[in-house]
Amino acid sequence: MSDRPRSPAFYALAAFFALFVAFLYGPTLTILVLSFQGPQGGLTFPMNGVSTHWFGKLWAGSGIVDIWGALWRSLRLGLVVMVLTVGIAFFAGLAFRKRFVGEGALFTVAVASLIVPSIVVSLGIGLEFRLLDDAVKWAAAETGWGWLQEHGTLMGLYTSALGAHLTWTLPFGLLIMFAVFNRFDPAYEEAARDLGATGPQTLRHVVVPILGPSLVGVALFGFTLSFDELARTSQAIGGRNTLPLELQGLTTTVTTPEIYALGTLTTGLSLAVIGAALGASLYLQRRRARRGLRLG
Amino acid sequence: MSRGGGAVTEAALPALADAPTVPAAAASLTAKTRRRRALAYLQAAPMALVFAVFFLVPLLLTLMVSFWEYNEYEIIPSFTVQNYRDVFEGCLDVQNACTTLRTYLSTLKFCALTWLFTLLIGFTVAYFVAFHVRSRNVQMALFLVCTIPFWTSNVIRMISWIPLLGRNGLVNDTLMGLGLIARPIEGLLYSDFSVVLAFVHLNTVFMIVPIFNSMARIDRALLEAAYDAGASGWQTLWNVVIPLAKPGIAIGSIFVITLVMGDFVTVGVMGGQQIASVGKIIQVQMSALQLPAAAANAVVLLGAVMLMIVAMTRLIDLRKEL
Repeated sequence: MSDRPRSPAFYALAAFFALFVAFLYGPTLTILVLSFQGPQGGLTFPMNGVSTHWFGKLWAGSGIVDIWGALWRSLRLGLVVMVLTVGIAFFAGLAFRKRFVGEGALFTVAVASLIVPSIVVSLGIGLEFRLLDDAVKWAAAETGWGWLQEHGTLMGLYTSALGAHLTWTLPFGLLIMFAVFNRFDPAYEEAARDLGATGPQTLRHVVVPILGPSLVGVALFGFTLSFDELARTSQAIGGRNTLPLELQGLTTTVTTPEIYALGTLTTGLSLAVIGAALGASLYLQRRRARRGLRLG
Repeated sequence: MSRGGGAVTEAALPALADAPTVPAAAASLTAKTRRRRALAYLQAAPMALVFAVFFLVPLLLTLMVSFWEYNEYEIIPSFTVQNYRDVFEGCLDVQNACTTLRTYLSTLKFCALTWLFTLLIGFTVAYFVAFHVRSRNVQMALFLVCTIPFWTSNVIRMISWIPLLGRNGLVNDTLMGLGLIARPIEGLLYSDFSVVLAFVHLNTVFMIVPIFNSMARIDRALLEAAYDAGASGWQTLWNVVIPLAKPGIAIGSIFVITLVMGDFVTVGVMGGQQIASVGKIIQVQMSALQLPAAAANAVVLLGAVMLMIVAMTRLIDLRKEL
């Protein structure tokens, strides 16, 4: 097939693909350009001069609610979710290579967690923590113990919101681990065992280095999915919002290009993370290939 | 294992001499298996725990609370089907449909349109990358180009339509500049159109990835065979590629359907907070602290989504395909 000349269909499909890419990236490029509007500029074209006025305003934090606090919270939560997703999905992937009772059930639950509508999951977690709070309040009244009295709510960034994010990132992580272990040759582990390596040694010196690039991929999913998560967080977070929630609120209230500046900033941040992850993954692959060559 | 003549017994003797070690070996084997199995439980435990605490228990609590009573201040443990009655109130009246029915119909309309467009676009894009791009590296690069936006903020990607679709946006300006329209088209933004547009914009990736994955596994020799047997391009597409890409199509469809059915963010932002959706009803009730009502709506939504998924898998017979 590959030695045949290009068919007319190829050019039609290539044109379609180009249009799709324009559709995918065009709008984002528009707000990138518009975020450099002059001070008098509005939400649409034409450009009224070119300036970094709106970035300056954003930096000063004047117009918009505590956006830096929200950004900081989202970053921290994203990092925690990333670390937990990689760790938990990696070990679950290992477990699924051995047989264990309930593996079918766990897999079904993971897939279900992916396809149950986010609002339902979010509502459930919100309810759970409200009921927990009620239970604590009741216990405090019953027992009169001092340490129970002053508790506000258990709902928060590292409790309910973290859990909500994990229900979204872990299924992706597990599915990636499945694909990865499918292509993993157990001969490497056997060789390590034959040479006298213990289980943890085999993991640390053989399995993890070989899977490194894929684990970076899982990390990328963990961080970016958490950093942009909105629907599952919405009912499962206490008083302080994450960045996507603040952004959603801003869509109805902000009428200046400042919101575009914010969009450019967060998109740039996401792209930097994606770039770093792809770079790290490529680097690990190259290093592995180089070392494999030297050892082989 | 019959006990035959002496020769056989003699031949069996060495084995008999070894006999004591056999159970020991078996025992150590089972001990090893048991250790491996215990390790497997330990390794799977964190994930099981997360899903139990943040997924299964919340779903059960939702089901439980959907039968509770509530007033303006608190929710009251009891058993009532009033919440469900409220959901379906007036739904037997054929003349003017109840709110629930109208909302579901509107959401289903978004669902059907989004599904159709994401399927057509996603399939075409995946087909191009999988079958018409020859270099493996270029394939991966193009695939990456399609997936990168998935890792950036959805809200920002929605907002980015404002300068294009607004009353004085790029689309209206261009059309007026070309003299095709006399005055700006209203309702490009904050309308059903913009909602579906944003859904397609955000969710096509969920079609591309699984369909591409299915297509990448199709043996190229099959296409050669079809070509050699005289099949036209369309015949090959219809009789070879599409049937073999069905699992990917099914997985992508399930993703798109559940994402659109439960959505409240896209409909909210792109509909200018004016268009109803099932997810939005739940969100509004939740913020009004009508938790049992929200829970009942969530249970109904979950049931509806599950029905659609079951219908989908029946239609495609996923098991047979895998």
